[in-house]
Amino acid sequence: MSADPHYTLYHPRWYRRRVSVWWWLQKRSYTAFVLRELTSVFVAFFAVVYLWQLRALTQGPEAYGQFLARLTTPLFLALDTVAFLFVLFHAITWFNLTPKAMVVRLRGKRVPDWLILSLNYAAWLVLSGAVAFVLLRE
Amino acid sequence: MPSSVVLTVARYRPERESEPTFQTYEIPFRKDWVVLDALNHVKDSLDGSLSFRWSCRMGVCGSCGMKVNGTPKLTCATFLSDYMLGPIRVEPLDYFPVVRDLVVDLTDFMRKLKQVKPWIIRKEEPPGEGEYLQTPDQLDAYKQFSMCINCMLCYSACPIYGLEPSFIGPAAIALAQRYNMDSRDQGAAERLKILSEHDGMWQCTFVGECTKVCPKHVDPAGAIQQYKLTGATNWVKSLLLPWGTR
Amino acid sequence: MERITPLLWLLFSAGGTVAALLFPVHFFLTGLAFPLGWLEAPSYEFLHRLLTHPVTRLYLFFLISLPLFHWAHRFRYTLYDGLQLKHLTALIAVLCYGAALAGTAMTAYLLWVIS
Repeated sequence: MSADPHYTLYHPRWYRRRVSVWWWLQKRSYTAFVLRELTSVFVAFFAVVYLWQLRALTQGPEAYGQFLARLTTPLFLALDTVAFLFVLFHAITWFNLTPKAMVVRLRGKRVPDWLILSLNYAAWLVLSGAVAFVLLRE
Repeated sequence: MPSSVVLTVARYRPERESEPTFQTYEIPFRKDWVVLDALNHVKDSLDGSLSFRWSCRMGVCGSCGMKVNGTPKLTCATFLSDYMLGPIRVEPLDYFPVVRDLVVDLTDFMRKLKQVKPWIIRKEEPPGEGEYLQTPDQLDAYKQFSMCINCMLCYSACPIYGLEPSFIGPAAIALAQRYNMDSRDQGAAERLKILSEHDGMWQCTFVGECTKVCPKHVDPAGAIQQYKLTGATNWVKSLLLPWGTR
Repeated sequence: MERITPLLWLLFSAGGTVAALLFPVHFFLTGLAFPLGWLEAPSYEFLHRLLTHPVTRLYLFFLISLPLFHWAHRFRYTLYDGLQLKHLTALIAVLCYGAALAGTAMTAYLLWVIS
């Protein structure tokens, strides 16, 4: 018996399977995960749209009018609908995962997950209402 | 209730094949049998060459982890009656090298467990004599993470571990958290340094599969996200108060 | 790169929270309700007046820049894991965070010059 623990004369040939580049299509939960991650693209899409709107606002009323008109084209309406659904998917999955990451302990006991979840959705409602109020005030 | 069910079992005999194959066995269907019972029936009565690991047969040792119909499970806790229509596909755990049939090599996993220093680290001995005292609330803070039976189902479910084998993995990070959250431990800073490295906790993208397959409800995904938050707050603190960190 | 990973993760988390809490309503209004005429879009003068408030400018800065960093971090890992582009990891990181920084800089500039 050799003293070197890494050497064995009759070491069996282990089988290592290569992970396919399509690994995320092989299981439903993996596909859902990748879709969840891809929501970030649509989040960025909307950030860029808002940046574009900001630029239009610095350039004057005609530029802003052009921006509004662009958003009514079928291409943008289609893109916006798809992107909006993905952004919703992001919001819902994000809220569902928050209680896992944020564990608050009050007086030694852990605050229950459903409470953290409800607080998130409540904040969502309140903030959405506030934004809508400000933007529709005219 | 059917009288028999088909088991499709992965075979790999390195001495005569270079790739795994499948072999089917027809086994009697018993309402109270688990997949492990079926495998033992195969080994006892049908094909003595089948190799697989098992020990306690009651879900506490973590030896019998395998993939059943594509999902990592403890075969001693997976009832045949959930797969009545069959065939039941039994394969070795993913992302580990297959030694033979359903047996995988555990070296990488064992090494990673040790890496996180899974023991109580003290800077000084506690004052007074006797044992450490701990309230039920202090125990509650880490108890969930201490339930791990090292069955490796979480590694088999984690696609990040599959894509990046150097990733330290869910069980190891949950184990680190088990000690970090233990009131008797003073080694959180040491472990944080180890787990902040490239293949530590930051590789995790919160897929969440590990928590889904864990038979002991350890919730390693939650442990990792909480640890990320701790790591990030520590980083901010070290930035703002460079002299005051533990 | 390892040294700033906690910072990148914090930006990712903050961006994700901003996007989760505020993007649905903003997107619904700007992307659907206004163009489709369900609700009246605010006029140029109204928005311009809003933008003169420093609070609005600060709000918009974080509304745009944080989600960009959220995208950068998340997309970088998606490319790395999903498409297994390990050999391009440095390039991907530079492109993603670079784009987020560029967007942030542009936002800051626009908010600074708007009068």
